[in-house]
Amino acid sequence: MINKNFFFKGYRSIFTHDSPAIALTCCFIAIGALFKNLGFNIQESIFSTVLTYALPGSLVMAESMLIGASLLNIFLAVWIVNARLYPMAVSLFPLMMHKSQPKWKYYFSCHFIAISAWLIMKSNYKKIPKKLRIDYWIGIGSATVSVSVIGTFIGFSFSEYLNKDMMLGLAILNPVYFLCMMIGASKTIPVTLSVLFGTILGPIIYLLSPEWSILLAGVIGGTIAYLAGEHSVS
Amino acid sequence: MSANIVYAILVTSLATFLSRFLGALTSEGIRETSKLFKWFNCLAYATLAALIARTIIFPAGVLVDASYSSRFIVVLLSLVIFFISKKNFVYPTIFSAICMAIINNYI
Repeated sequence: MINKNFFFKGYRSIFTHDSPAIALTCCFIAIGALFKNLGFNIQESIFSTVLTYALPGSLVMAESMLIGASLLNIFLAVWIVNARLYPMAVSLFPLMMHKSQPKWKYYFSCHFIAISAWLIMKSNYKKIPKKLRIDYWIGIGSATVSVSVIGTFIGFSFSEYLNKDMMLGLAILNPVYFLCMMIGASKTIPVTLSVLFGTILGPIIYLLSPEWSILLAGVIGGTIAYLAGEHSVS
Repeated sequence: MSANIVYAILVTSLATFLSRFLGALTSEGIRETSKLFKWFNCLAYATLAALIARTIIFPAGVLVDASYSSRFIVVLLSLVIFFISKKNFVYPTIFSAICMAIINNYI
């Protein structure tokens, strides 16, 4: 079924000195507090974290619920915000595909695709035999979801003790952590240019089209970076 | 559980899972050495960078309450810490939270 050694190796990857556990926990503490303020109970809050496991999507759901949006509107808004998960999946799963592994592992574990788990896997996959990468990935995903659930629980339970300054501190932590991780991952020309163009184009395109800004910036910035990378190789 | 909240959670998780599942499904025919894979890799990094930049410059949620300048100063100082600490991820992250709380409270 699942190779226990590589599953736990993946699970332990979140406890390294530079792991995303702290950032992830803090973000979900903020989400837990937000859910409580929205009127969710503890079961609903944890249910949402486990089933959605995507911070921007959860924020969009919360904002949509605040303004009384319909279920169709929530679906479309979340789908657009989380469409970034598609290129993330396509740029990760070919690294883990192995014909000896059953398909269900891939279909099940695609749920773990999120920035933190994706970046951990991207920086460690070369150290893992290809056949066992999927088990390692399931370990990483299980660990990040566990940490998210713990964060949601803490945020929900202690929401009344979190003042505005503390919430601000928790909210800035996530983009700073991922910005550092992205800079740390920029080791090749195409990746460095992708990060650079994405960072510049994201806010610029937001001024023209807030809903589509992330996707458009990703497609335009990523394509330019890819072509520049190919050109530099040739 | 309230039915409305449960439906909203289910719809949100379905919308999120759709992109992930389609990604996993279409990856089956893509080799990791192919040009298509390299292109998608660039798309993924650029999309994430755009998301992070947007979160800092045009935030949603509580970060809206922090001024542009305070967000800019915090991110800049955190990046300085990141490079001084030889690209350690934890120090700038913890620093950013403390720095933001202090700047927002006293400046």
